[in-house]
Amino acid sequence: METPLTGNIRPGMEPPDLPQYEKAGGYRALRKTLQMAPKDVMALVKESNLRGRGGAGFLTGLKWSFVPMGEDAPRPKYFVCNADEMEPGTFKDRRLLEGDPHQLIEGMIVGAYAVQADVAYIFLRWAYKVAAQRLEKAIAEAYRQGYLGKNILGSGYSLEMHLHAGAGRYICGEETALLNALEGRRANPRNKPPYPQVSGLWGKPTVVNNVETLCNLPHIVNNGALWFKSLSRSPQSDGGTKLYGASGRVRRPGLWELPMGTSAREILEEHAGGMRDGYKFRGLLPGGASTEFLLDEHLDVAMDFDSVRKVGSRLGTGTMIILDDRTCPVGMLHNLEHFFAQESCGWCTPCWAGLGWVEQILHGLEQGQGEAGDLERLLSHARLMGPGRTYCALAPGATEPLQSGLQYFREDFERHIRERRCPWR
Amino acid sequence: MSVATIHIDNRTYTAKDGENLLQECLSLGFDLPYFCWHPALGSVGACRQCAIKQFKDQADTRGRIVMACMTPVAEGIRIAIDDPEAREFRAEVIEWLMTNHPHDCPVCDEGGECHLQDMTLMTGHTYRRYDGRKRTWRNQNLGPLVNHEMNRCIQCYRCVRFYRHYAGGKDFDAFGLRNQVYFGRERDGTLESEFSGNLVEVCPTGVFNDKTLRRHYTRKWDLQTAPSVCVHCGSGCNTIPGERYNTLRRIVNRYNSEVNGYFLCDRGRFGYEFVNSERRVRQTLLQKNSSEAPQPVGKQEAMDYLAGILANDAKVIGIGSPRASVEANFALRTLVGRDRLHLGMSGRDARLLAAILDILRNGPARTPSLHEVELADAVLVLGEDLTNTAPRVALAVRQSVRQQPLRIAEKMHISHWDDDALRHAAGQKKGPLFIATLAGTKLDDVATETFHGAPDDLARLGFAVAHALDAKAPQPDLPDTMRAVADTIAQALKTAERPLVISGMSCGSEAVIRAAANVAWALCGSGHPAELFYTVPECNSMGTALMEGKPLEAAFRAVREGNADTVIILENDLYRRADTAAVNAFLTSAKHVVVIDHIMHATAAKADVVLPAGSFAEADGTLVSNEGRAQRFFQVFVSDDGVIQESWRWVRDILAATGREQESLWRNLDQIMNACAAAIPALAPIVRAAPLSDFRIEGQKIPRETHRYSGRTAIRANLNVNERQPPPNDPDAPMAFSMEGYPGQPPPPLIPVFWAPRWNSVQSVTKFQEEAGGPLRGGDPGVRLIEPAQPGEHAYFGDVPAAFEQRSDQSLLVPLHHIFGSEELSVLASGIAALAASPYLALHPDDAAQLGYNAGEAAQLHLERTTYWLPVQLRPDLPRGVAGLPAVLPSLEGIMLPCWGVIVKKASL
Repeated sequence: METPLTGNIRPGMEPPDLPQYEKAGGYRALRKTLQMAPKDVMALVKESNLRGRGGAGFLTGLKWSFVPMGEDAPRPKYFVCNADEMEPGTFKDRRLLEGDPHQLIEGMIVGAYAVQADVAYIFLRWAYKVAAQRLEKAIAEAYRQGYLGKNILGSGYSLEMHLHAGAGRYICGEETALLNALEGRRANPRNKPPYPQVSGLWGKPTVVNNVETLCNLPHIVNNGALWFKSLSRSPQSDGGTKLYGASGRVRRPGLWELPMGTSAREILEEHAGGMRDGYKFRGLLPGGASTEFLLDEHLDVAMDFDSVRKVGSRLGTGTMIILDDRTCPVGMLHNLEHFFAQESCGWCTPCWAGLGWVEQILHGLEQGQGEAGDLERLLSHARLMGPGRTYCALAPGATEPLQSGLQYFREDFERHIRERRCPWR
Repeated sequence: MSVATIHIDNRTYTAKDGENLLQECLSLGFDLPYFCWHPALGSVGACRQCAIKQFKDQADTRGRIVMACMTPVAEGIRIAIDDPEAREFRAEVIEWLMTNHPHDCPVCDEGGECHLQDMTLMTGHTYRRYDGRKRTWRNQNLGPLVNHEMNRCIQCYRCVRFYRHYAGGKDFDAFGLRNQVYFGRERDGTLESEFSGNLVEVCPTGVFNDKTLRRHYTRKWDLQTAPSVCVHCGSGCNTIPGERYNTLRRIVNRYNSEVNGYFLCDRGRFGYEFVNSERRVRQTLLQKNSSEAPQPVGKQEAMDYLAGILANDAKVIGIGSPRASVEANFALRTLVGRDRLHLGMSGRDARLLAAILDILRNGPARTPSLHEVELADAVLVLGEDLTNTAPRVALAVRQSVRQQPLRIAEKMHISHWDDDALRHAAGQKKGPLFIATLAGTKLDDVATETFHGAPDDLARLGFAVAHALDAKAPQPDLPDTMRAVADTIAQALKTAERPLVISGMSCGSEAVIRAAANVAWALCGSGHPAELFYTVPECNSMGTALMEGKPLEAAFRAVREGNADTVIILENDLYRRADTAAVNAFLTSAKHVVVIDHIMHATAAKADVVLPAGSFAEADGTLVSNEGRAQRFFQVFVSDDGVIQESWRWVRDILAATGREQESLWRNLDQIMNACAAAIPALAPIVRAAPLSDFRIEGQKIPRETHRYSGRTAIRANLNVNERQPPPNDPDAPMAFSMEGYPGQPPPPLIPVFWAPRWNSVQSVTKFQEEAGGPLRGGDPGVRLIEPAQPGEHAYFGDVPAAFEQRSDQSLLVPLHHIFGSEELSVLASGIAALAASPYLALHPDDAAQLGYNAGEAAQLHLERTTYWLPVQLRPDLPRGVAGLPAVLPSLEGIMLPCWGVIVKKASL
């Protein structure tokens, strides 16, 4: 089984430095890319069926194709790596950032070249201190080697790259809020359209891609689109491998690079080693906190973007949070909704007011102060904070575990009200 | 914008293609609730209150919820406002907002004119289900004008969008996140923006309230109001003052799409308290012998006395005033005779005004309205610190710098109302705006380039720009650096679609005024129809100039040379206009001095007769703004001090007392206005500025009191429980001091209050507009008196002044204007007084060092006859050899700036 993304990564060890990375074949893709026309790089990525690994699963090549190209295109153009990994239960980008920073940098140069960007930023989660230090070192190495800066490897193409650490807000993972934060503004999302590709950072054409997405690029360039698709078990819709993770009461919580489309059951049972002794599986959130619960009956679903959607959830980040039978689902949701309420940027009413109320109702249930009508209130919130009604995807994301939790674990909620206490305490 | 057919609730309407649906729905008369949208601020989609249902096509029955404010009108679109899901969502938004909003309406200043109350009722949210705690905040002291009550905040972001984005304020922001966003300053302190008072109207609920109103609070429905015009500068902003219990309680904006739109400056909003001031003249005062102070006397006694002194062969002259109405000045002119009327301003100011008038009447460049200033896409400001001399103009110029960036956004298919997207797309791009002034101004932050110089150098820059535009215009001899600046400015103006040149009187230089004209004319002559805007200092400077009369010095001369012995002074404190010694000599040598004014000042203190005039709130009349727009202000209330009356009525009474029968028959404003129109053709259109006194709708007058006005039988219950019978008659206006009258919408010049069923807040103005954010239905108030001669070429002004040269022993003292302090009436308002500048002497740091002064040290300044001790302020933005004095502060009156003076070296003190 090929694991291109994590091939160089030795957990617990320093990442490869530039000579080591080059020795392992690093920056070959960059040289190859610089020989290609930008539109051919874009076509290659389109053909590879690479989809955005941040959670939305939008085709990367298609996303790039909206960037104005040619002489008349506004300048400078920006290329931004979204490394603000803050989705609860998600820790995949961290592995790539800490484990192989040059892979990301090479991927970014390839992507930036495809859209002919002039400046690249890595927007890094504030708490990723180790990654920050390693990226800084790697960027300096790349500059010294002529992979960054003016006239890269004599190609005539120039790219400046900067590392920027956020101030620690979940909403900065939303690409337009990220751009506002990068500009030094409040991290409120922006309305779309206009899309960042047209009016992004400082009003200029901008692409924002996730870390894992970008790390795939050198390998696609080196090995081709066909090879990339062949890595996947769902090659028609999704190319490549995927970093899957599992957390919760499983035997071996962790992170694995597996073919895209590996089934949830395989990840849970083979790689995570199944549930710990004394714990039974009740459900899982397939890709971070803002996805809907899947139950045992769903476990054979292929973990690719389209298949997970068909069973009523989203692949999201592909890092599963597992709920066991000794954990109160209401408590779990209270924890999650507390997070979302806390991270609301405060811009649109349903989010800042609605999530606060949801959190308060869940808190009441946990404290044994639940009342008749609370569940209807929660359900109506889940409905009223749905897509289109809010300014960005934060609140709709927050309602995904809430409404599916209410659907699947209704009895647990009702017990809280009936018994006027949390039965798990 | 083309028209699209759209379907709302299964009925067909036409709307503007590409406009946002909220604005169009409101324009079509639908009551669709909203918070964060504002016609002047655009859409941002934050509050989610204007949710509607949009359907893909006729077959689509499910539809989806969209925000009307963020959805463009397109041909054939189908939407539903009256849709159960949309209604439910809108009600839920209110319920969400109410989770943190205190239910303190009965004790909230906003109650009764609260947009949140209106929207709550409109959505039908009535029953409170939330039983959690509400977040609470510590409020800030934001200074003497605006009160802060953060617990009421519903996080609509309008305040910060107005304050920062629209008005350019820097000391106010949104802090924090989730349901805990705090809107305020980093720490307690007076809001620095000169437009902070607009927060009171921009805020949809009671977070920001008028602090001056709080001291004498009255509900909106209990105020007696009338349409009025601001008297604190020459911009002519439309206002609505409100009165109760014989005191003026507040001023709010009166929308006029051509003038002030939705916003006022703080001087205009909070300066009103001079009307309640202890300095008001409330009685007829008569000095019976010269050793005694004037004593209160009955009106008849005063009139008899006046008849005596004016009888026979009294040699009477009149001194009018640029802060008095056209009618008052005209009445005085009638009394003393055309040749004996003086305009009440210095010869210098009269000359500058006449020059402006001549340029605007006879040149090809048109003077734009304030709204048109906003639309200019390249602006040159020559000599004016607009924020301090004509604040509302500064706010308009701040909008103009968005015009060119807007075009870039248009190319990116961003709608003109999509505010956030526009600002992002525009990035740092702004302007072009060039500001050439004596020193730095608050608009400099949006300027493409600034230039600071002595008045003559500003003029030279202007002449150079004109020459760069048209080689036929005279050419000053300039250093290359300045020539390069001039070329840049010329290039930017030439390539713009709507270039605008702004200048004015505030640096006291005719050369500056002429240079500005040359620039505009050079543009006009080369096929770039430029606009030309001059600011004038007072609310009726333009009206007075149109009346024509002699300067103040001529009055002084007349008395000195024995050609006059009796002086009638109308609403004017001469000590602000001329040298103290000269005024002293004038007032002492005149045999009789009669002052008609509403405040007691140094001039009135020396009069033998003082007649109590109505302020703008107790009088009707016409003022002509710097645009040349004649606008009527209407009496707000009849003073309980029965003797107070309009200045023109006092003059009429004097005419009657002296047996001038014909004029003494002026029974109302119409008659004096008609007389004025007949006598002075240039002023003839003022008759059309508003409907005349006999105007009626369905036989009724327009009521000044709302239909909810309470306690009309109780107000005077300590005197008499019966209702005042009848309410005071108003012969001058088609308006009644009463609740009774026509209940519908009056014509725009007569709108005493913005209110519509279900719309109790200022947002109700939409219901009076042809379309949301557009002109008032029936036309915006005012009539323009000045239009340019035929467009095309015009002979240029020559006389380019020589370059400013520093003097080794003297400094050129120039006026630095202050929005708070430099204007006579507003400083009598407590809020403004608290913010007023104190006297100082501003020096370039190098000049200060040469003279041996540090910041804050007292410097000795010798002017012609007077010596001043003033603390030194260091201003690196001042040119060398030039020193700044705050204009017309109470202790620095009567200095004709600019002038040369000697600043004594510290070492020689």
